Amino acid sequence: MSNADVRYKIAQRIAQELEDGQVVNLGVGIPTLVNEFIDDKEVYLQAENGLLGIGPPPTKEELDIDLINASKEPVTIAKGASFFSSADSFAMIRGGHVDVAVLGILQVDPRGQIANWAVPNQPILGVGGAMDLVAGAKKVIGAATLFTKDGTSKIVKELTYPVSGVRLIDMLVTDYAVFSFENGEIQVEEILIDISLSELSEKIGISLKWREFIDK
Amino acid sequence: MKQKIVEDLNNLISLFKDGQKILVGGFGISGTPLTVIDIIAESKVKGLHVVSNNLGDYGMGLHQLFIRGQIEKAIGSFFTINREAVVAWSKGELQIDLLPQGTLAEAIRCGGAGIGGFYTKTAVGTELAKGKEERVIDGERYIFEKAIKGDVAIIRAKKADRLGNLIYHTTARNFNPMMATAADIVIAEVDEIVEVGEIDPEQIVTPHVYVDYIIQTAYKKEGDKYVKC
Repeated sequence: MSNADVRYKIAQRIAQELEDGQVVNLGVGIPTLVNEFIDDKEVYLQAENGLLGIGPPPTKEELDIDLINASKEPVTIAKGASFFSSADSFAMIRGGHVDVAVLGILQVDPRGQIANWAVPNQPILGVGGAMDLVAGAKKVIGAATLFTKDGTSKIVKELTYPVSGVRLIDMLVTDYAVFSFENGEIQVEEILIDISLSELSEKIGISLKWREFIDK
Repeated sequence: MKQKIVEDLNNLISLFKDGQKILVGGFGISGTPLTVIDIIAESKVKGLHVVSNNLGDYGMGLHQLFIRGQIEKAIGSFFTINREAVVAWSKGELQIDLLPQGTLAEAIRCGGAGIGGFYTKTAVGTELAKGKEERVIDGERYIFEKAIKGDVAIIRAKKADRLGNLIYHTTARNFNPMMATAADIVIAEVDEIVEVGEIDPEQIVTPHVYVDYIIQTAYKKEGDKYVKC
């Protein structure tokens, strides 16, 4: 599978997690692609630069370079959309009014603490809305290929990249498997390719177990 | 009625002084007061402390002040995109104060609202919390962030009436409404100036009390860029 195919596969799987009526913030990278798989679900996409109700990309005629998403790409608005200031937008985010944030991640530890805004030994000069979304969204879904280009697992025993906050994420969707984090513990929810749980554990160097579904 | 509309833009130059803290609206180029930034460039003032999400984009906006060496310190949330700024920072030629975007927005809002600072859960336990007071409130960890105020705010709006009431255009609103409240001198750059009463009071986002000067923008949108009229 090409790298692009893998990214779309992850985005498609994440789209399955979204539910009618949810307010969703899609981060930069793979999360942006989730938009292409929402189909007829009624979700309201939030852009932290002050828009609730992102529509499809503009045609040449519709293009308005002032109307952009948080990645500074031109967008259109959906029916029922609203505009607001950055302060109002982050009140919405920090205040727990955004149901789901889908964020690209660089590393995650087995408890669900993530690093997604900076790499070690590089100047730390950009953070944007990453930390606000980690701290404030009701549910955080991480999106990433499981391994870096040089084959290193992004699930690590201890983060070596700068941490994005103390809040633990709820779910991680990768090209290999879907993981959930509950009570400070990583669990495998679904394996997406032909690999066993023990092979996957060995590949990332962490002992994994299936998520227990408890009847309530 | 106080005359807020400035026809001869050269009259704005004397408002800018060395070492001022200037709040600059915009997210990327969207909502950036490009004409006023050109005036600051012309004024040749130095040692500016600039509060803005980023330092311009595509070589436009604040990038112009940066390459002229007018900026001593940048306070914002996203400078990675500006390679020259990263280089200047690593050489010690530019100071950078990095804040999460929501913290930046709220700090400016507080600055304009007479609030000295606030506790936020954003950035708790991270490098950006270093040296900041931490406090547990109802069992949750928060850090203290100081409010931000400026000597001058330069903002971008869609329309002003002669009193200075403002409305904005789509996501070009971003940081502009808060910045309008948080500086001693506020200059609004707009597409259109109308008579008092022509903007529906229900639509006004920034009431005139905050605005000191109004100028007509010298830029227009052409396809995927801004060009000088």
